[in-house]
Amino acid sequence: MRQDDLVSATGLARADVETVLDRAAEIAADPGSWRERHAGALLALCFFEPSTRTRMSFDAAMKRLGGDTVDMGPVESSSVKKGESLADTVQVIEGYADALVLRHPKEGAARMAAGYVDVPLINAGDGAGQHPSQTLLDLYTMREATGLDGVTVGMLGDLKYGRTVHSLAEALTEFDAEMHFVSPESLRLPESVRYDVESAGGAVREHESLGAVLPDLDVLYVTRIQRERFPDESEYRAVAGEFRIDEATLADARDDLTVMHPLPRVDEIDAAVDDTDHARYFRQAHNGVPVRMALLDLLL
Amino acid sequence: MTGDEPQLRVSKIRSGTVIDHVAAGQALNVLAILGIDGSGGESVSVGMNVPSGRIDRKDVVKVEGRELSPAEVDALSLIAPEATINIIRDYEVVHKTRVQRPTAVTGVLECPNHSCITNAGEPVDSEFDVLEEGVRCRYCETILREEIAAQIGT
Ligand SMILES: [Zn+2]
Repeated sequence: MRQDDLVSATGLARADVETVLDRAAEIAADPGSWRERHAGALLALCFFEPSTRTRMSFDAAMKRLGGDTVDMGPVESSSVKKGESLADTVQVIEGYADALVLRHPKEGAARMAAGYVDVPLINAGDGAGQHPSQTLLDLYTMREATGLDGVTVGMLGDLKYGRTVHSLAEALTEFDAEMHFVSPESLRLPESVRYDVESAGGAVREHESLGAVLPDLDVLYVTRIQRERFPDESEYRAVAGEFRIDEATLADARDDLTVMHPLPRVDEIDAAVDDTDHARYFRQAHNGVPVRMALLDLLL
Repeated sequence: MTGDEPQLRVSKIRSGTVIDHVAAGQALNVLAILGIDGSGGESVSVGMNVPSGRIDRKDVVKVEGRELSPAEVDALSLIAPEATINIIRDYEVVHKTRVQRPTAVTGVLECPNHSCITNAGEPVDSEFDVLEEGVRCRYCETILREEIAAQIGT
């Protein structure tokens, strides 16, 4: 990779993505041979917001490479609580580890922090901003299932606040993917993502319901619509019901449609879909480990 | 009214800066960028909605005893892309330039996104990349278009 940090999916060129995905495939094919690869290396886990699976996934990835992790612990018990700036915190933690993983509630936190440290820094989510390691595992999963060129991808649900969608849409502009964005009017793609997709030569095709576009899709990427995005319960229920995927919805889909979801899911995909050949979301979650192993291997 | 004589509207200055061809309605924002609110005692004249051949109606700002810094000129270019800057010494224009759009501006604008790290008390200046239309926060990637003037910090 050309970069020392992974802050945003916007800066990921096709060649960078392919380098990570190829390395992840090598690792997945023979995980045992990577067990000593980074023996003695330490990764600092700095999560300023609660996260279970992203934190565990990085922890597992580092340990499967023979390294270890040091964890900042919850914010409540740290010096951040006493008012220390993020800039100071990362400069201190940099002295403890060979690389940093950062999740923070403020957008742009990772970009700022990367400017203060010399060790590689990976953005594990900054507010409603970016979550590029999730994007890489999404791309890995998609490449396994359908390839990344000549595919038609639908993204469904909360496209306004869903950072995994923002990063994925921007990354897919590097490939020959036709993108469709399906969401309620109030949760459409934000202007900055629209700008990136369009200035990369892509087209933003928007729909308020899935029906018309579903039969064309190779991949359907589902995201959760959260209750707190709506002023009242009834409005939320109406919208959530309309954007829910079950077996009946998928009757109109192609047989080889791949359904993905960044998880956790609540009820936007009916559990009955899990047993169909469409479901790829658990596999997608498992792919987080080899993809993060590849990322760490390339950055360390 | 024989209001066609410009010298009646805005008097000449001895030395300082004349910012001409400012888009009509932007004069007060120009003063905001320059940090001028009258309390500093500068001698300032402002012309608003003055007829102009080049841009139909324009604003003009004249500041006695002050030459602009490059950062101030960059900031001006965002709200007054057609402006010309005349440096005056002893009533003569000694230097005349059109503003040029910079590729980025640092520390001039405040990001309108309250969740942006540049608004979180961190030791970091705001940084905006200048797009064809508008500017974009280099940290949170928010795009600002017409609302630029409202985000000028003081
Ligand atoms: Zn910002």
